Amino acid sequence: MSDDCKRLFHRDGQPAELLIAGAHVLDPRTGLDEPRDILIRDGAVAELGEPGSLEAPENGDTLDADGIHAFPGFVDPHVHLRTPGQEYKEDLETGTAAAAAGGFCAVIAMPNTDPVVDDASVLRALTEAAGRQASVPVGFLAAITRNLKGKELTEMAELRDAGALGFTDDGKPVVHAGTLRKALQYQRLCGGVVALHEEDPGLSGEGAMHEGAVSARLGIAGIPSLAESTMIARDAALAAYEDARVHFQHLSCVESVEALEQAKSKGIRVSAEVCPHHLTLTDDMVRTLDSRFKMNPPLRAERDRRALVCALRSGLIDCVATDHAPHASHEKEVPFEQAPMGTTGLETAFAALFTELVLPGELELEVVVERLSAGAALYGLPVPRIEPGQPANLCLVDLDARFDVGANGYFSRSDNCCFHGRMLQGKVLLTLAAGTVAFRERMRAHAPAVS
Amino acid sequence: MNRIGRHLLSIDDLDRSSIERILDRAESFDEVSGREIKKVPALRGRTIVNLFYESSTRTSSSFELAAKRLSADVVSIRSQGSAVDKGESLKDTVQTLSAYDPAAIVIRSPHAGAAGLVARWTPAAVINAGDGKREHPTQALLDVFTLRRRLGSLDGANIWIVGDVLHSRVARSNILAFTQMGATVTVCGPPTLIPREIEALGCESTSTLDNLGDADVVYVLRMQHERMRDSFVPSLREYADRYQITTARLHPGQLLMHPGPVNRGVELSGEAIDSPQALIGAQVRAGVAVRMAVLYELLVGAPSLAAVA
Repeated sequence: MSDDCKRLFHRDGQPAELLIAGAHVLDPRTGLDEPRDILIRDGAVAELGEPGSLEAPENGDTLDADGIHAFPGFVDPHVHLRTPGQEYKEDLETGTAAAAAGGFCAVIAMPNTDPVVDDASVLRALTEAAGRQASVPVGFLAAITRNLKGKELTEMAELRDAGALGFTDDGKPVVHAGTLRKALQYQRLCGGVVALHEEDPGLSGEGAMHEGAVSARLGIAGIPSLAESTMIARDAALAAYEDARVHFQHLSCVESVEALEQAKSKGIRVSAEVCPHHLTLTDDMVRTLDSRFKMNPPLRAERDRRALVCALRSGLIDCVATDHAPHASHEKEVPFEQAPMGTTGLETAFAALFTELVLPGELELEVVVERLSAGAALYGLPVPRIEPGQPANLCLVDLDARFDVGANGYFSRSDNCCFHGRMLQGKVLLTLAAGTVAFRERMRAHAPAVS
Repeated sequence: MNRIGRHLLSIDDLDRSSIERILDRAESFDEVSGREIKKVPALRGRTIVNLFYESSTRTSSSFELAAKRLSADVVSIRSQGSAVDKGESLKDTVQTLSAYDPAAIVIRSPHAGAAGLVARWTPAAVINAGDGKREHPTQALLDVFTLRRRLGSLDGANIWIVGDVLHSRVARSNILAFTQMGATVTVCGPPTLIPREIEALGCESTSTLDNLGDADVVYVLRMQHERMRDSFVPSLREYADRYQITTARLHPGQLLMHPGPVNRGVELSGEAIDSPQALIGAQVRAGVAVRMAVLYELLVGAPSLAAVA
């Protein structure tokens, strides 16, 4: 997907001039896992040197990063920035501030806004706005079908020319196989990954949570795992037949992992993402009936969670995505069945994975770091590396620092975080995105949200 | 002092001794219901709000009667014609009502967990009068009360719950309460109406009445007409053919229960309803005494309040 079209949008910032002194650099792609001085000049990594060997640039600060880790910046291939139309939940500024606070140096926004991003004029307005408001580069997916109705295709070629990274009807499945098949055929003309929210509505019905022992106890209609996995199997077959490139969004269950494995073993061009909440929480949390635990796909059983962790470690699942889905508190402060689906996740992704998976020994730190930026390559974006000559896309993280999630509010406009109130370890201190300082710990973007 | 919690949201809030304590209290209130003047002054000067977001006849009327027989002031609010219909959120409604300083809010909602949310938003004691398909704890208590009177104890009793378990809050609360009191519970119904993994609640499940003879008590659930629309059962005729409890299917000595209202000729035959084995009338009568007991235990039985009184 090498083309000249601009596909990431952010406001111009001052190129960073900075010496990061003695940070422990962990970059799984370059293989570096040692303390280094990192010299940032004019927004790029100028030099890496032994600790104490490099000097600060003339006009720049020195950050003492002894005992602090430096990772390639994270890339989130799945966020909802709610713009246009639902700015009371999130906008480009608050959403990218949340991303930066989570160590992300790029995010990919979903098109299920109001209006839907199904038309080049909507997309152009959005990319222009991102050019003024986004502190972190944002890529945009456009809808596969007009108004996400699953019927008529959008003008995919024009949308690609207007900067669309790819296509998705996320939030909804493309129910009719014939419609998806045409989109996959059309992909040969316009390129762009087709990303799929997999859910058979005939099976998910009115479901509000995972179907299992907990839904039986609560009397809440369940969404069976196979609502997802059968659609993955179907769409992998379509991708094979049309030799198309598809990406499966937010896998949630063991049956989907099996369907993905089968597709990949046949050489079908598929990839997949998984969310921190599905890797760390189960439907047991829904017993609280706290609507922060309501998302789609739903939190599933422990066996599903384990299968997802294994698949992420092996690389069968390619990357982590947050599915950051902000909702206003008045929308979430209703009985569970009435609440909208979604959890925020940008500000907690790394800490949740580090605390719940790395510390207990379920997953290695370098795997988490690699998978948190692997989404970039899937959409043809450059993958952040801490290497001389590369633009500065990195984050500094204190792996010993603990924080009470939400205690000081959120950078996101919404507070519907499923990790709210948890003590997590692994705090992002600084994020450099596209060569500028997008986040620095001591600065707060706005006052704490009232919960 | 063995007190129950501040709210009654779920049967899970109660251990066996708490249930027995409520039932013992209900026995004494049942005696009040036999008097000509059916009133005691226990809650004089205190306010009880009944907030019903779903139509209900017996639950709302028995809560109202229970509160009045305890001399409380009662405000009953139904969703029709109230602020609820004007789009006010549950939270705002509850906070508005809380301004009247009620001692308790009784809530019925079509949504699971609604009572739990109300408990977070009000200083009043909250009683769950049915939240979605999740629970209906006072129904379970009155059913245990009725059975305990008849059997002496539920220990070792074999209770079958027959019908639409999937959509039944009564089934869920009763499975929990019956097993808590020492009974063995089997749920029976069409496979489309038995939730997957229901056994996690501590019951057995089956889809035929073949072994109904094992039951000491047959507890029949209401079969709602709208279930046909979503193809849970192909027709009421076929449902009745397989699952209707008739006098022919009932074994001698078995007790028959139903939470009401009954669909005569669907889940129960007319003769079964009218048979001496049926406890349906006793269940309704138990409702007032048991709800009086729940109100009393929450509002008077609490030691902090007892100390003030």
